[in-house]
Amino acid sequence: MTVLHSAPRFVAEEGLFDALKASLGDLVVAAREEHGEIVLTVRREGIEDALRTLRDAHDYQQLMEIAGVDFPSRPERFEVVYMLLSVTLNHRVIVKVSAAENTPVPTVTTLWPVAGWLEREVFDMYGVIFAGNTDLRRILTDYGFEGHPFRKDFPLTGYVELRYSEEDKRVVYEPVKLAQDLRSFDFMSPWEGADYVLPGDEKAATPPPPPPAPAPAPAPVVKAEPAPAPAIKEEAPAKPARKPRARKADVPVEAAEKPKRTRAKKKTDGGEA
Amino acid sequence: MSFSLEESPTTGDEVITNYTINFGPQHPAAHGVLRMVMELDGEIIERIDPHVGLLHRGTEKLIEHKTYTQALPYFDRLDYCSPLAMEYSYVLAIEKLLNIEVPLRGQYLRVLFAELTRICNHMLNLGSHVMDVGAMTPNLWMFEIREDCLNFFERASGARMHSAWFRPGGVHQDVPEKLLVDLGEWIDSRLFPLFEDAMSLVVDNRIFKQRNVDIAKVSREDALAWGFSGPMIRAAGIPWDLRKSQPYDVYDRMDFEIPVGTNSDCYDRFMVRVEEVRQSARIMKQCLAEMPSGPVASADRKVVPPKRGEMKQSMEALIHHFKLYTEGFHVPAGEVYVATESPKGEFGVYLVSDGSNKPYRCKIRPTAFSHLQAMDFMSKGHMLPDATAILGAIDVVFGECDR
Repeated sequence: MTVLHSAPRFVAEEGLFDALKASLGDLVVAAREEHGEIVLTVRREGIEDALRTLRDAHDYQQLMEIAGVDFPSRPERFEVVYMLLSVTLNHRVIVKVSAAENTPVPTVTTLWPVAGWLEREVFDMYGVIFAGNTDLRRILTDYGFEGHPFRKDFPLTGYVELRYSEEDKRVVYEPVKLAQDLRSFDFMSPWEGADYVLPGDEKAATPPPPPPAPAPAPAPVVKAEPAPAPAIKEEAPAKPARKPRARKADVPVEAAEKPKRTRAKKKTDGGEA
Repeated sequence: MSFSLEESPTTGDEVITNYTINFGPQHPAAHGVLRMVMELDGEIIERIDPHVGLLHRGTEKLIEHKTYTQALPYFDRLDYCSPLAMEYSYVLAIEKLLNIEVPLRGQYLRVLFAELTRICNHMLNLGSHVMDVGAMTPNLWMFEIREDCLNFFERASGARMHSAWFRPGGVHQDVPEKLLVDLGEWIDSRLFPLFEDAMSLVVDNRIFKQRNVDIAKVSREDALAWGFSGPMIRAAGIPWDLRKSQPYDVYDRMDFEIPVGTNSDCYDRFMVRVEEVRQSARIMKQCLAEMPSGPVASADRKVVPPKRGEMKQSMEALIHHFKLYTEGFHVPAGEVYVATESPKGEFGVYLVSDGSNKPYRCKIRPTAFSHLQAMDFMSKGHMLPDATAILGAIDVVFGECDR
């Protein structure tokens, strides 16, 4: 692939990729070279040895950054990514390990003192434990904060908000109350294989469950509903249960909101044309 | 350096036990919201525990919920003293994943304004550093330069600080020709006279030297081990500058020098920045002299939206405009770590894309985070008032440190 972009340019000497792989031996789980960057995935227990080898034998003197990444679908959901820099070879290498909530990653504060805060940050944001880090306190979040905010299952709004209370003359914590939901648009086009039920379709997809006993269920309304979107119905047949008519009145807000969220999606065909 | 209580020089006849004070979170010399728990023996610092995160806004999490274009303005708000330098890493990271070419004029404009940002940032830092150790006047003079810089940003982008002017594929819009002319004149007629005047009050000043020379000396080994970058590592005598060693855009065409320190103290860090201002002005002049004409952003309509005028005329442009401002562009799956030389040091962006129109993960590597961590070992054994000089020489901005 020809390089067209003008991002920072640095060139590895010939055969460096293989040399690094050979030098780390069976510590390496996977290795690839992409966009001119070497990414080595190593075994979690061996991270300290791997980084020591890279530092001492391959002159990667600086640990610039440790990043956490969350992939909730994986068995070991977190990735801890170490960015190394060599100021003598003028080269960077990325080393990663994977970890779960209950599998500690060995600390590298023994190699670089700078790792102390970097590991604290990953711990704070993702809850990855670093075994051997003697000062594994929270760092960026509030005193007494609970949870790990950068996990994908942590809501963007968080759980608590704080304000200054005139009555109590102090800052008080309260559960988050939003006047309006955060808007999150879904940009997947139905023509590109959206794997969800389009709002409105759920009423037409499956035969009705036995209606709750007190519900009067007038027939004409039920019949009228499937009509508007018969074509898309076939794409998304898997809807567990149709809403009983009696409950429809309870959720007017939800029903009114949903069409808005999909506005962008419905227009996607125009741009790709 | 440590003193036992009996021989402590500050205690005199009485024996005073160690005590702990809070420096900040609201302290003018903390340059933002920094709380430092200091353990003092008399006036001598025994230990510092910086508490950061008081300005943590969850930028990285917010970015994961925005499209690539929508996430860009968050970078202005990281280091609000050098906003364009923050955008730089981000747009380069996206461009690297997309592998798109930026037209030459776009590259020159980005380098030109990145260097103007560097001058703007150093004006604030040098000025406040001087003020932290007791001098008032130079700061006021340098703020005048800063005001000029902000006016130039406004003329280019419409915003004084939060420009959002660098875009993936180039810059948002071309600059008026008069702006380039004015910039060239400004460097000679305003920047140098004001700056050299202000520096003549400081660099050989006895009081300033007493407060900075030999304060917080850091060896080369320590500078490497503590992840120093930018002026902090150059002051330690390591000629490391990403503009030179890993050039991006047209930095490889620029002729400039990297100043390094010899003594690795606060004074050296100050002087490295002073010289960087002159070198930045040199780069800007070269940019102005060589500035080619042509487009300022890539013509790839799947990434760069068309201009508004074009959008009003052409159906094709209207569709692209609509698509790019609602859905945005999709970035191929992959991961890159792109670091540029921001005025404060290595500012990196680790971008993970899953092929959608939003970043899957965008880790920001702030410069101040590593530097501030070294605050403890740099301050040990120094006097309490030296802490402000050390902080000033780190050049810490909490928008960036806490993200």
